[in-house]
Amino acid sequence: MLYRRFVGRSSEPVWNVVERDAVRLFAEAIADPSPLYRDEKTAKRSRYGRLLAPPTFPRTFDYGRVEGLELPSAGLIHGEFRISYRRPLLVGDELLCRLTLKDSYDKEGRRGLLGFLLFERTGEDSEGNLVFTTNDTVVVTEAVRGETSE
Amino acid sequence: MSGLPGWKAGDELEERTPPPVNRDQLKKYAEASGDPNPIHLSDEAAEAAGLPGVIAHGMLTVATMGLLFSPYLEHGHVKTFRSRFSGMVFLGDGLRVGGRVTNAEQTGEGRLYTFQVYARRGRDTVASGEVEFLVPEGVQP
Repeated sequence: MLYRRFVGRSSEPVWNVVERDAVRLFAEAIADPSPLYRDEKTAKRSRYGRLLAPPTFPRTFDYGRVEGLELPSAGLIHGEFRISYRRPLLVGDELLCRLTLKDSYDKEGRRGLLGFLLFERTGEDSEGNLVFTTNDTVVVTEAVRGETSE
Repeated sequence: MSGLPGWKAGDELEERTPPPVNRDQLKKYAEASGDPNPIHLSDEAAEAAGLPGVIAHGMLTVATMGLLFSPYLEHGHVKTFRSRFSGMVFLGDGLRVGGRVTNAEQTGEGRLYTFQVYARRGRDTVASGEVEFLVPEGVQP
């Protein structure tokens, strides 16, 4: 099991602000034309009252690092992604973001031994309410395993 | 902005075909998302990693599937989005994204629609997933 001793450990959480310009650039990059991401007037009239951020925007946040956990810089495979919202993410939101290694397990695949790492990322508002949770499955192939210092 | 369709289980979302993936978009996405991984930007780095060329960010494919819901954000929002990646996306790949309603139910928070979604290149599915879209109480369909 890769990084077994880090399972359950979290980063020192980091405050992030959902910035208007960052949302506009992100919406452009994903080619999403919704005016709710970029037009203040439309957003103000909407039921959100503020500009909205795209569902995958939390990718842009800084979640800090799990101390001592050094992943290989290349060759990791993103197997699965999940995000769950308690409420939509809005421009101006300030979120305390945290990264946790939730699990690590190995599976024998057709192309050798695969390591699975399950990361959870969370964002909480200033009152401590959970706003979103993401779960990522990262696959470490046998070729990359040697670079994990494990 | 579109009116909210009276979605029911079995309804198909209209398939969308965004422009093929190009270098400029990958550069923009790398900058906007803060992902510095060079396999999305440099052919040399991609080849060094054993790939035939640069590949698109998996999360860009998720965002592309998310385009299916952007016309309806005035009425509701994405509550959960799950995606499993099953293939790589290369420069010039034209994707088709689409999906269908698998469930519609009234919950304490409002009306919750569940969709199976996909991103395909030709017959290959490069990503598939599930989206829950919530139309909160008080919003008229």
